[in-house]
Amino acid sequence: VAEEGGPCSLSKMAGADGDDSLYPIAVLIDELRNEDVQLRLNSIKKLSTIALALGVERTRTELLPFLTDTIYDEDEVLLALAEQLGNFTMLVGGPEYVHCLLPPLESLATVEETVVRDKAVESLRKISQEHSPVDLEVHFEPLVKRLASGDWFTSRTSACGLFSVCYPRVSSTVKAEIRQHFRTLCSDDTPMVRRAAASKLGEFAKVLELDYVKSDIISLFTALASDEQDSVRLLAVEACVSIATLLPQEDLETLVMPTLRQAAEDKSWRVRYMVADKFSELQKAVGPEITKNDLVPAFQNLLKDCEAEVRAAAANKVKEFCENLPEDNREQIIMTHILPCVKELVSDTNQHVKSALASVIMGLSTILGKDNTIEHLLPLFLAQLKDECPEVRLNIISNLDCVNEVIGIRQLSQSLLPAIVELAEDAKWRVRLAIIEYMPLLAGQLGVEFFDEKLNTLCMAWLIDHVYAIREAATCNLMKLVEKFGAEWAQNTIVPKVLGMANDPNYLHRMTTLFCINALSEACGQDITTKQMLPVVLKMSNDQVANVRFNVAKSLQKIGPVLDSNALQTEVKPVLEKLATDTDMDVKYFAQEAISVLALA
Amino acid sequence: MSAISASEKVDGFTRKSMRKAQKQRKSQGSSQYRTQSAPVELSPLPQLKDAPSTEQQELFTKKLQQCCMLFDFLDSVMDLKSKEIKRATLNELVDYVSTNRGVLVESTYPEITNMICTNIFRTLPPSDNPDFDPEEDEPTLEASWPHVQLVYEFLLRFLENPDFQPSIAKRHIDQKFVLQLLELFDSEDPRERDFLKTILHRIYGKFLGLRAFIRKQINNIFLRFIYETEHFNGVAELLEILGSIINGFALPLKAEHKQFLMKVLIPLHTAKGLALFHAQLAYCVVQFLEKDPTLTEPVIRGLLKFWPKTCSQKEVMFLGEIEEILDVIEPTQFKKIQEPLFKQISKCVANPHFQVAERALYFWNNEYILSLIEENIDKVLPIMFGSLYRISKEHWNPTIVALVYNVLKTLMEMNCTLFDELTSSYKADRQQEKKKEQERDELWKKLDELRLSNTNLFQNNSRGLPCVQNNNNNNNNNNNSNNDNQDKSAEAAAVATDNKDPEVKDPDVSVAASESTPCAK
Repeated sequence: VAEEGGPCSLSKMAGADGDDSLYPIAVLIDELRNEDVQLRLNSIKKLSTIALALGVERTRTELLPFLTDTIYDEDEVLLALAEQLGNFTMLVGGPEYVHCLLPPLESLATVEETVVRDKAVESLRKISQEHSPVDLEVHFEPLVKRLASGDWFTSRTSACGLFSVCYPRVSSTVKAEIRQHFRTLCSDDTPMVRRAAASKLGEFAKVLELDYVKSDIISLFTALASDEQDSVRLLAVEACVSIATLLPQEDLETLVMPTLRQAAEDKSWRVRYMVADKFSELQKAVGPEITKNDLVPAFQNLLKDCEAEVRAAAANKVKEFCENLPEDNREQIIMTHILPCVKELVSDTNQHVKSALASVIMGLSTILGKDNTIEHLLPLFLAQLKDECPEVRLNIISNLDCVNEVIGIRQLSQSLLPAIVELAEDAKWRVRLAIIEYMPLLAGQLGVEFFDEKLNTLCMAWLIDHVYAIREAATCNLMKLVEKFGAEWAQNTIVPKVLGMANDPNYLHRMTTLFCINALSEACGQDITTKQMLPVVLKMSNDQVANVRFNVAKSLQKIGPVLDSNALQTEVKPVLEKLATDTDMDVKYFAQEAISVLALA
Repeated sequence: MSAISASEKVDGFTRKSMRKAQKQRKSQGSSQYRTQSAPVELSPLPQLKDAPSTEQQELFTKKLQQCCMLFDFLDSVMDLKSKEIKRATLNELVDYVSTNRGVLVESTYPEITNMICTNIFRTLPPSDNPDFDPEEDEPTLEASWPHVQLVYEFLLRFLENPDFQPSIAKRHIDQKFVLQLLELFDSEDPRERDFLKTILHRIYGKFLGLRAFIRKQINNIFLRFIYETEHFNGVAELLEILGSIINGFALPLKAEHKQFLMKVLIPLHTAKGLALFHAQLAYCVVQFLEKDPTLTEPVIRGLLKFWPKTCSQKEVMFLGEIEEILDVIEPTQFKKIQEPLFKQISKCVANPHFQVAERALYFWNNEYILSLIEENIDKVLPIMFGSLYRISKEHWNPTIVALVYNVLKTLMEMNCTLFDELTSSYKADRQQEKKKEQERDELWKKLDELRLSNTNLFQNNSRGLPCVQNNNNNNNNNNNSNNDNQDKSAEAAAVATDNKDPEVKDPDVSVAASESTPCAK
């Protein structure tokens, strides 16, 4: 809030209000020192209010020194403080005073708890942008240096995140120093610091001049990528993407590829996993030639990796990788190199691998075209549709539309239906729910005849599911089907069944009738609603169960706009008036509400 | 992991059930990444004991080399014959180094360490279960254990052999070796961790040059566990080793060791899986305090800082550790820490979770703690009194109420006059607190209004100064309406006070009600 005003109106305000004695700093500081952590936390979260009460000058001279010197607190409080200080620039008097915020943030950046430290670094990064170039060199950069040469690892990890924000805006001598500090941290004794440096390597490379990327960053990258700890090596893979993007094509082979090849063959599965996970980015960064020569065999190896985690990560990238292959010999590469591996993955021993594959495999059909799809992919789809793991089957069904585009639904339908029927009756209601959501799509693809023959019963059965969420979804599904197949179809196939449920002994099913009517009336139009639905609804107003009766009131309110005024006045109004005198207060309430909404009073 | 998210989308529960199903099939893992091409079939070598002594050395080497062949144990029928040969050979090697003297000549050291490194050093496989909970789930066992076990056994016998010479071995058992050994402590297989524990302990004992390095690397593992991954299976084992290491620290303690206590061991208490290693951790902490009692104050303050807020189970563990510390505390140290400590204990005593309250109240069964309390009763009683008095009337659990009565009785006997004073001033103190609470509310209300008027100001500031006046007026109006509300609530409170005066029941209720107002804003 305060920031909107800008510095001048802020100081005006402080002058206008003027009454400093009203908020003695001691009282405010007492609040920040309260014994109860929760109260301290609340106070810290309102730190901007306190600062506002004090005015910019006293915030600088009294509040900030207090925060810097005396706050030793629970991490939760420190986290809130670190966040607050990132938005404090206006409250200390604008950019020319922003450096006042550095001391408290500096000590927060050395705290043990990671979230606090990260937040402090985030705030420091934010306010670094508000420093003038001079202030950056006089105040900010020395802070970074102090952190980078701190005794305990926490300050050094924090420093790693600050180099890239000040580097572009300082003089060349200071730049040299910053590069030196970064180099030192990359070979730090503590793995935590090396990890922090490795994770910021890409970001730092982006702000460096190209010559220094080649001379400095590459050697750091190579060193980190062969660190003794796999947790450091895998972070170098991430940096690899940014670095490769920065370098000209002709340097990639000598500067980056040896390291990348080594990473793809690393003895730790975590590193290989990272390579698989970043594969599309790497592919884009190194370009088509290297992809053809190096990445294709590397990808094959990852798809055949001995660890399921790695295979699953690679399987996830199959579609993207194939899509991004150079078009001139894309088909040939896929058919001879990738598809054989994919075939093996279909019968993988690990379900996560299969399910990862199932989520992308359908996408290959558009890349390979109709003939290849029918000959090579269809058997794989069918195998996955029959997989023992429901997740795999579900992933296939979820992507049916792209195969449909290529080969048409008839071909698939025969194998498809048993799987759908099975999933539709799955013991887990969430699985059933997922299937229902695909019904309108399937209906559109299968056409009305086929649908009536095979799937209609299923859709009606869901209306009496014992889980409410399924009945609700089934209702919504009917509406979408009617939108697709039209009112006439509705009148013949589903409306009679829905209305039949109004006589069901179970009140939940009777209510489902009402819910269906709510959903269908608009799609079915005035004629069907008035002639067929309305009489049933009106009849139900005499139901024994109050829940049904107030749902009648709600339904009437809902379908009212579809009806003509004659029906409203002569049929709906008397029923609602009767319900408005019901013994049950909820029925009364909803009846009255319907009367007022439909303007029948 | 998109493989997982797809199933979560479908059903949050499938994963666990599938995991269980999968686990029944396979609860073993192993990871040897393309270490070699397909294993060559092994052919049995003659027994060492049958060989003439001149050839024994050479045969020993050959057998060591033979044992460098690795096999795939996830496929249980593959290479059965060779696997059996290797197993028998390893058995024989174990026997050979443990029963014979003079077999560890210098030239065998590289062969021995090579065999060991090849077999045990590997990247641990990904856990079968991405969110493996060591307290709940069965661990994945190492599939190649039939061989690996014997290799560990061999390493142990090698280190314990009377002829073993650290001066020669240190060329092979170096920092890199130790680092890889430490990484294996993350193994899910408890049998493996147990071997590693004994082995690392032996190495720490025999290689003086590696001690500082080992401590530093354990440090790093713990820090990573606390602040980065929250996952490491071998914390308990490493702490167990450290327990005996700390025992042997020379006095005065080096700064490095104190830093380890304050910056590593104390923050370890924040870990989610504390229950798995709390006993070992508390042992280490108490060891430190027995070495150097002046560390008591920072340690207790550290524990108070990390006191669990929501996990009652952990709170019970903390209380247990505090009691262990109090058992060895020096009276002078107790005086330094008693106020913050008893403030926390008084909160625990009033905890609605009866196990927490009970654990805290058990302190009064401890003779030594009682003597410390008695000595400082004028400080302790005022802190404890409010909570005890209140829960003696309010706690839902009859056992706790009975315990509290006993504690109150004990405290009363310690200083009867003070007890009476506190009893009579109890009500007034509560009123005082309530008043303070109201003052706080007032202050914040004023501050919030200030903020409000600023918002208006910024929105209208094009119109310049006059509008400040307007806003002030508005504020005054707001003030008035607020005051009205307050008057009403004050009246209500007054009525409530009148009603409840005889039985001291709901002063706290009304305090709680007024507490909720600032939060609601």
